Amino acid sequence: MPPVRMRGDGRKAKNPKKTLSRLLGYMKRHTAILIICCVCIVISAYASTTGSENIGNLVDDFITPMVESGSTDFTPLLQYLIRIGAIFAVGIVANFLVQFFMVTVSQGTQKQIRDEMFSKMQRLPLRYFDSNTAGNIMSRYTSDIDTLRQMISQSIPQTVSSIVTVVVIFIAMLRSSWILTIVMLFTVTGIMLVTVKVVSKAGKYFVGQQKSLGALNGYVEEMIHGQKVVKVFNHEDACKEEFDKLNDELCKNAYTAGKLTNMMGPVNNNLGYIQYSILAIVGGLLVVMSEGKLLSLGNLLTFLLLSRNFNMPISQISNQINAIVMALAGAERIFELMDEEPEVDNGYVTLVNAEIDSDGNITECPQHTGHWAWRHPHNDGSLTYTELKGEITMNQVDFGYVPEKTVLHDITLYAHPGQKIAFVGATGAGKTTITNLINRFYDIDDGKIRYDGININKIKKSDLRRSLGVVLQETNLFTGTVMENIRYGNLDASDEDCIRAAKLANAHDFIIRLPKGYDTELTSNGTQLSQGQRQLIAIARAAVADPPVMILDEATSSIDTRTEALVQKGMDALMQGRTTFVIAHRLSTVMNSDCIMVLDHGRIIERGTHADLIAEKGTYYQLYTGAFELE
Amino acid sequence: MLKRLARCIREYKWPAILSPICMIGEVAMEVTIPLVMKVLIDEGTSKQNMQIVVQQSLLLVLCALCSLVFGVASAFFASKAATGFAKNLRHDMFHRVQAFSFSNIDRLSSSSIVTRLTSDVANLQMSFQMMIRIAVRSPMMLTLALISAMNINMKLSLVFCVALPILVLALVLLVPAVFKIFDRVFKTYDKLNNVVQENVHGVRVVKSFVREDEEVQKFTGISGSIFKDFCKAERIMALNNPIMQLCIYGCMLAISWIGAHMVIASGNNEALGLGIGGLNSMFIYTTQILSSLMMTSMVFVMLTMSRAPLKRCYEVLTEEPDLTSPAENAVITVDDGSIDFENVSFRYSATAQHRALRDINLHIPSGATVGIIGGTGSSKTTLVQLIPRLYDVTEGCLKVGGVDVRSYDLQVLRDNVAMVLQKNELFSGTIKENLRWGNKNATDEEMIHACQLACAHEFIESFPDKYDTHIEQGGTNVSGGQKQRLCIARALLKNPKILILDDSTSAVDTHTDASIRKAFREEIPGITKLIIAQRISSVQDADMIVVMENGQIEAVGNHEQLLSSCSIYQEVYESQKKGEE
Repeated sequence: MPPVRMRGDGRKAKNPKKTLSRLLGYMKRHTAILIICCVCIVISAYASTTGSENIGNLVDDFITPMVESGSTDFTPLLQYLIRIGAIFAVGIVANFLVQFFMVTVSQGTQKQIRDEMFSKMQRLPLRYFDSNTAGNIMSRYTSDIDTLRQMISQSIPQTVSSIVTVVVIFIAMLRSSWILTIVMLFTVTGIMLVTVKVVSKAGKYFVGQQKSLGALNGYVEEMIHGQKVVKVFNHEDACKEEFDKLNDELCKNAYTAGKLTNMMGPVNNNLGYIQYSILAIVGGLLVVMSEGKLLSLGNLLTFLLLSRNFNMPISQISNQINAIVMALAGAERIFELMDEEPEVDNGYVTLVNAEIDSDGNITECPQHTGHWAWRHPHNDGSLTYTELKGEITMNQVDFGYVPEKTVLHDITLYAHPGQKIAFVGATGAGKTTITNLINRFYDIDDGKIRYDGININKIKKSDLRRSLGVVLQETNLFTGTVMENIRYGNLDASDEDCIRAAKLANAHDFIIRLPKGYDTELTSNGTQLSQGQRQLIAIARAAVADPPVMILDEATSSIDTRTEALVQKGMDALMQGRTTFVIAHRLSTVMNSDCIMVLDHGRIIERGTHADLIAEKGTYYQLYTGAFELE
Repeated sequence: MLKRLARCIREYKWPAILSPICMIGEVAMEVTIPLVMKVLIDEGTSKQNMQIVVQQSLLLVLCALCSLVFGVASAFFASKAATGFAKNLRHDMFHRVQAFSFSNIDRLSSSSIVTRLTSDVANLQMSFQMMIRIAVRSPMMLTLALISAMNINMKLSLVFCVALPILVLALVLLVPAVFKIFDRVFKTYDKLNNVVQENVHGVRVVKSFVREDEEVQKFTGISGSIFKDFCKAERIMALNNPIMQLCIYGCMLAISWIGAHMVIASGNNEALGLGIGGLNSMFIYTTQILSSLMMTSMVFVMLTMSRAPLKRCYEVLTEEPDLTSPAENAVITVDDGSIDFENVSFRYSATAQHRALRDINLHIPSGATVGIIGGTGSSKTTLVQLIPRLYDVTEGCLKVGGVDVRSYDLQVLRDNVAMVLQKNELFSGTIKENLRWGNKNATDEEMIHACQLACAHEFIESFPDKYDTHIEQGGTNVSGGQKQRLCIARALLKNPKILILDDSTSAVDTHTDASIRKAFREEIPGITKLIIAQRISSVQDADMIVVMENGQIEAVGNHEQLLSSCSIYQEVYESQKKGEE
């Protein structure tokens, strides 16, 4: 018997019935195959049990009589063997068919769930990612799906097959001797009790093992990633000490869990043998005492043979059910993700390419013209077009990430097309939050945000976001070449377009010095590049998208000032004719803005041009002088 | 390679030896039991001889108990040995990693070390346990069963000579094919996980650029190829079981047919050939032989699969830390905070063509405040990392307190040179616990003082739990600027002779930045301070400013001097002052 294999973290499903039925729903598509498989499982189990039974009878029914009679006519034996061979052959074919077809079901279901989960995840709002760690989300794609696959491809078919085997054998046993069957029910129950006890104890330690494994792995991860800090602080010995403590703890728990798991095999096996000898004694007594009335010798022999095959499928069932329960917990987590509320998008105003004639009339056209317009369908079926200019207004906007805590209060601002609006303020003042509202990463609680005079709630989210270029605080690049990463901004961009964008962002110079230039493969978020270089690529990526409105969120904070000056030049060129929102710590990058908003605790406390604010001698003035007049 | 890993068994040598021995005992019992059963049936039950029935049944119980004891003992020992082995392996690896220098870590990469220490060790633990249990059990079973079968009837055992090669051939053909596909599948799995990971981390980028559909396409493409490969592999695997059954049943039928002839020919006389009892036992051995062959092949495959983690763990264990304290006469006091670079050049690896630092000559007097400025990739960080000997110079000599850094005891040197790294790390635990990294025995007053200097006290006091506030792993629950200030405070607690800030105030607002520097100047004048910065404002009041360019020192001087003589400095200054006046 294989050792109990436990996966997952030992958590049990909260509502296994519901999860199972939902899971079965996924397999509905494969109903025909499943029916074939079920039939085949039954055939296969039946064939192998009767086949073995027949082989057992072979000696008594053929060889012994032949020996006794001295006959040398092997024809009946040959016929019998051919019959058994045929039964086996059918069983083998059925077994093959089960395995062959179940692949489609298990892998197909797995793929379907996986794909569905991922595309569902693409539609989840940012809030979801705020409240779930990446590791947590990842584990659904790795371990949870894996346990699911195990369950569909192994546990369920094995359980079905074991149940069939148990039933077939049980009926055969009843036929041989009902008295012995009753005796056996007692012994089997005894064995089951022992097994269940060991399993549940193992399960308890298994949970403990997973917990200390989690603690140890977490510690390793944290310390190894912070290894350089450990070195700088001479903290190696303290680390070793803590590590050894966790390591010992894990070893202790793993030992207990492991030994109980390993025990299962020998315990089950040998209790089976003991059961066999009990049956032999009881059966023998019955035969002798009743003189074959209650139990014939032949039946006893058959029964003993059957009993040897009875225990294995039973312990199989109990193991598999354990595995299924574990897998259901994983499935439940997957379904949890799938059941999350997706991002709501009731927008119906879309962005289209447009031609604008000399009178200012707008007509929609399929090709790229360099002009865009908002296509606005109305209730009466008519359509109006508004030219995309890049005017953004916010009117008395309130917002909180959680309902209880408002982080932005009464924000009102006007950004006319082509203007540069800057946000300045301490960390946590709400600068990033404002920009997150413009592209509707989050929806506002109160107030209005308009884009070219249209309430952004009416604009289709994808089109709204397409019209906004964003360079985020944290740079995320994707595995692929530098060129592919830049093209991420605009999938239709040619190589020349990408290179032009890179030149604009002043990324070109360093890119061509990379080992393979634009074809250099970036891995794990571009670790081979410096932070500044990554940001330059992110800027190029935004530049190639060529959007009418740009949001630059502290994009230049870790590029050195010389590079930044170059970037700034490129950006200024890029900003030409575009509305731009800039968030930066360095006042030098925001000084030439058309309007600077000073934020404090979610409120705009000062606004105006650099000159206005300096004259005002308020917070901005202090910040400004704090930077350059130190004494 | 195996030898080094075997050393991890250490105090678990006995369990590791006893487990297979007990396993052999268990197997021997399992092979004996069919013989006992045979006698029980043939001599006892069939002949209705209750005395033999009871006698043999008791013998059977005895055998089963023996087997149980052996089995359970083997299970215990195996678990003890395997978990102990894993513990020692992890211990050895982790302790080794603690001795690694920065270049060791760079070479192996942090995330790879983590994988090696976690999943690779887990894999090896499994394999080890398998090695001392199943890898002993199956071949043993195979051999014993085969011997017993041959013992009963040599001629009849020839059936196995036909069946075994067929099964072996099938396995040889199937397993490598499947193995190859699985190998590919696992690589594709990594790709898939990578896509998910990048997607989750870059969710804002994906949403900003409206690339959800493309991401889904990318994902389904990969999951599709996993589906295809997996189906292929499992369809091949689907042959496995039926072939096995075919062999077992085939053998049984063949044995029945041939055996029947033999039994008849011998007149059911064991001495003349084959008896009925012998035939019955042959059936049992058939199953045992073929299924243990199957298990053997599976174990073999599993063990081959653990070759990769084995190699990866071995790499960690044998990676030589390339930076160690001098073996003897290490200097254990740092006299003052002066720093001298004498003709220093540096490459990150021996094979690198590019010299990250070239011919650096620089004298920094004790107690000076030095600003370092330069473009991305100008090797500012590289320069300062040499001071606490995080890397060794390739050429030339670097002195701290007038003594070559290579002569110091490493711990002493690093205790005296505090460095706030560009990539700040806080660890999960309270603020206090994090601060105590700087000084284990720091009093509350000392901590508060350090935090005041780093302008961190105020915001810490604003937290509900103040200094006992729990910091999440990676410091995710404090802002970038707060994290940087905590890291500075932590470094200050070391009370070092030299303090290095590698762009450590980039996320701090200019005003706070200024206050921190003011506090430094007034409160800790004796400490040599090196400040790498992007902002001129952060360094313009320094005693000395070093301008770096392409791994060389471009100019050294104070603000006024550089402003009048150094074009790079002027350029930077102008770019930052633009639009101010």
